[in-house]
Amino acid sequence: MSGIPHDEYEPKSGFEKWLHERLPIVELVYNTFMFPTPKNLNWWWIWGIVLAFALVLQIVTGIVLAMHYTPHVDLAFASIEHIMRNVNGGAVLRYVHMNGASLFFFAVYIHIFRGLFYGSYKAPREVTWIIGMLIYLAMMATGFMGYVLPWGQMSFWGATVITGLFGAIPFVGDALQTWLLGGPAVGNPTLNRFFSLHYLLPFIIAALVVVHIWAFHTTGNNNPTGVEVRRKSKEEVKKDTLPFWPYFVIKDVFALAVILVVFFAVVGFMPNYLGHPDNYIEANPLATPAHIVPEWYFLPFYAILRAFTADVWVVQIASFITGGIVDAKFFGVLAMFGAILVMALVPWLDTSRVRSGKYRPMFKWWFRLLVLDFIILMWLGAQPAEPPYSDWALIATAYWFGYFLIILPLLGVIEKPAKMPETIEEDFLAHYPDAKTPAE
Amino acid sequence: MIRTFVLSALSALALTAGGAMASESEGHVEDIAFSFEGPFGVWDKAQLQRGLQVYTEVCSACHGMKYVPLRDLTDLGYTDAEVRAYAAQFEIYDPELDDTRPRTPVDHFPESNLENAPDLSLMAKKRAGFHGPYGTGLNQLFKGIGGPEYIVSILTGYTGEEKEQAGTTFYENVNFPGGWIAMAQPLFGEDVEFADGSPNDLHNEAEDVAAFLMWAAEPKLMVRKYVGFMAVFFLTILAVLLYLTNKRIWRPIKHPNDA
Repeated sequence: MSGIPHDEYEPKSGFEKWLHERLPIVELVYNTFMFPTPKNLNWWWIWGIVLAFALVLQIVTGIVLAMHYTPHVDLAFASIEHIMRNVNGGAVLRYVHMNGASLFFFAVYIHIFRGLFYGSYKAPREVTWIIGMLIYLAMMATGFMGYVLPWGQMSFWGATVITGLFGAIPFVGDALQTWLLGGPAVGNPTLNRFFSLHYLLPFIIAALVVVHIWAFHTTGNNNPTGVEVRRKSKEEVKKDTLPFWPYFVIKDVFALAVILVVFFAVVGFMPNYLGHPDNYIEANPLATPAHIVPEWYFLPFYAILRAFTADVWVVQIASFITGGIVDAKFFGVLAMFGAILVMALVPWLDTSRVRSGKYRPMFKWWFRLLVLDFIILMWLGAQPAEPPYSDWALIATAYWFGYFLIILPLLGVIEKPAKMPETIEEDFLAHYPDAKTPAE
Repeated sequence: MIRTFVLSALSALALTAGGAMASESEGHVEDIAFSFEGPFGVWDKAQLQRGLQVYTEVCSACHGMKYVPLRDLTDLGYTDAEVRAYAAQFEIYDPELDDTRPRTPVDHFPESNLENAPDLSLMAKKRAGFHGPYGTGLNQLFKGIGGPEYIVSILTGYTGEEKEQAGTTFYENVNFPGGWIAMAQPLFGEDVEFADGSPNDLHNEAEDVAAFLMWAAEPKLMVRKYVGFMAVFFLTILAVLLYLTNKRIWRPIKHPNDA
């Protein structure tokens, strides 16, 4: 499974030998935990464990919540109140699940931006990156459908707006939207299928996570220098790496504990701060809320969706060329999905041969601007869709696409990379000079 | 402390909250220091009892609380017998008897009597952070305006002016977004006599009933904070132990000569 040579598993006891001949499962666990991991991984590399934890947390709390929840338009809202008031530990369980989604997305955004900075998407890790993007898409679908289940005002109207996006697709849109909703509007069939899919998708995510890990265990981890592990012999590998257990497991679990302190402070003392208060009003198809906003983790893409109105010149050109088939709404939908697509295609858009942003003096600044751009888009997504916000949203959207489609391809050509260490060992010794002269 | 700590942790999200631009159509909500706020805040049971009294004698004429079980009133310090007696004053239709009967503690509070009067079970949660259509949950953190604050502001925001529009009477309320509200002024001060002799001016009545409605919306508030406190406490210890373990494991790698 691994392309990096390391100590092999050898069954010791009679039982282990017996089992190994039939199912080499202990070897699989051994290889996973003894995987040679670059010595120089910094703290940005801990978020993978946080994500794995968040997935398990959401599945476990979600399964218990599903035991008490009723997916019916007349009963769903009341069943949430039943969980909050009558089920033993129900209030805490639900708040953990609710805020667990925020933890999940908070971690995934840091994880993604870490990959973008250190060039973790570059060859030979493109497949790991693509699988990661699929996980992210599945997470968004799961998060969105989960938010519909409490059947509050934001659940209902969020579902109406987001499924309406599919209605914007020319020719087949209306039929597609009706098919998705199971009717002409968001109603009981919608709630039922969203509940079913919200339960299903996390297990698909879990399967994708296994493939994600499999892929980077084949190529080896990236690291802050972007320099590959020397892998001609086991001795060479040992100079650059340490086994995942115990060095990185303990480090990651320590980081996880710190993050969970913050997480449980949020759950215990401010569980509703990240949600929208309107979702404590039962869904009412006759009363549109003054302001429909998605959960915070969708806001950047929501801002991109709303940025394109009929008076924007690119929209007018697109509409003119296609004879009106691409209208402002459809253009917005294309832009929103396009924003994720360009991110997924980054392994082929980035032309620089230097992997890590640490050694790319110009890239560094454009990357920092991208992070800022993302935060600004998040803020704009929560603002009303009117000037000046709509103008700022256009500028911020333009930068998002510009970064991936123009800046990254060009930078690789014009940028002069800084001097990089030859090996991971060299980078590690630069940080820990003491490690140079091991006591014999 | 924890508030400040989390505040910095959430600073990336801060931008999404402060966004609500002040415009003239939005109400003003003042921050009130309720006893149950903060990580260590607890219910003031006497206040909750006074709030229940205001709710029963004034609010419940029009409003209901269909999600709140009557048995939970023991949280307020009442005995089982007192809760039973309180419950019995409300009637409920029982399909098995095909008749009405007095409510028992296993029943819920009655629903709203008036079609236009919203249910108050979750009012303190659904108006949290609200000072206009762009209110978000984070306003509680950055501006200190929770649902109870909003309720107090509304109850004390009447000017006495009224106007008629399309057959409905609206009452001027300086704290309501838009300035005109369909609910007539419910409290004027000295509407109820508190048995404990607490002041019954308008502001005190409003605060008492707001605290009570917070309890109604979030009866498990104390349990939740307790769980949060225990989790933070033990996870902090765990984090310290893991920090030391991590340091020790890496020592022979990073500093082989001192190990």
